[in-house]
Parts: sequence; C-alpha cells; structure tokens
Amino acid sequence: MQLLEQFARGDLEAFEALFRQFQSEVYSWIVRIVRDSGVAEDLTVETFWRIYRAHAHFDPTRSFGAWARRIATNVALDYLKRVRPEVELVESMAREEPPNPALRRDVQERIARGFKRLPAKLRVAATLALVEERPYAEIAEALGISVGGVKSRVFRAVRRLREELKAQGVEP
Amino acid sequence: MNQDDDKKIRELLRRAIPPVRDTGLQRDLWPQMLKKFDESAGARVPWFDLALAAAPAMGLVFFPEMIPVFLYLL
Repeated sequence: MQLLEQFARGDLEAFEALFRQFQSEVYSWIVRIVRDSGVAEDLTVETFWRIYRAHAHFDPTRSFGAWARRIATNVALDYLKRVRPEVELVESMAREEPPNPALRRDVQERIARGFKRLPAKLRVAATLALVEERPYAEIAEALGISVGGVKSRVFRAVRRLREELKAQGVEP
Repeated sequence: MNQDDDKKIRELLRRAIPPVRDTGLQRDLWPQMLKKFDESAGARVPWFDLALAAAPAMGLVFFPEMIPVFLYLL
C-alpha cells in the first residue's frame, strides 16, 4: 500500500519496484494478444511508460495489476490497429506448435488469414477467450467492458469469421 | 444451423491458432525502460531554449514593423 502511494506521488524507486514485480505478468498478457515475443517486450516497456506518465491518475486503494493489465491491453490494441494484418499473428509463436494433422493446411491458413482480417477489438476478445481460454471476467476487466460485452465481441468475431470463410468457399 | 456452424468455427479456430505456449519473460526489461526514460529526457527541449525562441517571436508580434529588419538580418 505504501509502495503504491509512493508510486502515485511519482516516486521513481517505487515505480522500479512495481516494474520488477509486474513486468512478467504484463508481458505474458501482451504476448497472448500479439503472439510475438519481441513485440511483446517492446509493448511491455511502452505499457510501463504509459503507467509512469499516468501515475497521478492511479488510485492506490485499487489493484495495480488490474490497472496495468488494462493499460497493457490498450497498448496491444493500438499495436494491432497499427500493424498490417499480413505481418502479425499466427506466423511467429504459433509456429512453435506442430500443426494438427487432422486439419488440412489450406483450411488452417484460410482460418488464420480470416481471423487476422477481423477488427482488432473483436480479434483481441476472441484470441483471449477462444484461443487462450482466459476467463471472461478477466478479459472484461482488461478491456474495460462488461462480461456481456466480451461475449458479444466473441460472438461477432465468430460470426464474421464464418462469413469470411464462406466467402472464401470454406464450409465449416 | 448457424449455431452448429459457430461451434465448428470455434473448434477450427482453436486448432488453427494454438495458444501461446511460452508466455514467460526471458529477460529483465528494466534496462530498456531506463533507455526509454533517457530518450524522453533527450527529446525534451530545455525551457531556456524555448524562452530564447519565444522572445524574438513575441517581439515581432508586438512590433511588426521590425519584420523587414529581422528578415534583412537573417
């Protein structure tokens, strides 16, 4: 509590202590969204940079971790909006996992491509809920919306992906 | 029909895009954070430089007849 109060007053040592305590947590959240370790490291630093600049807005009675996660989600969302869809997702970290032999490669690629074309907001909700299987309440807190809002985004993401696949001639 | 399709899409998605396996941070990012602080400090224009630039600008606003002299001296 004292540490959080010191941080809210702009104390750099308190910020460093919080950075060391939460950097892994923030990184692991971001890497689940952007799916690239190098990018996730850069975005973790960017997240803490925004955290430091917003120290005066932090309420020390509330959870620092939840606040950091929310800022991290916004940073990751900004990144996904900025980056061309051809560049990110699936390509890097997912490649470490061997492809499921039951799933034909072309269908797999079409799904991944269609998923990348979804709006960033829908994609983040669907990635966290369906791919990473994070609890809806956790996603809702990180996105700053209700659980119903998360469900709605996931539902819309699945619908749009289905339409996209149908347009490409892929029947589920 | 659509609900069945949605279920299938969810399953296909899970198989096509596997979850990130290694979510652990491999190194301490504090040095990068300090670098960010340094870059930010370097990018900031000192207040004295701003005052130096503001003084002639204000002079030209209040004494526009000095503009030709100022341009001549440039």
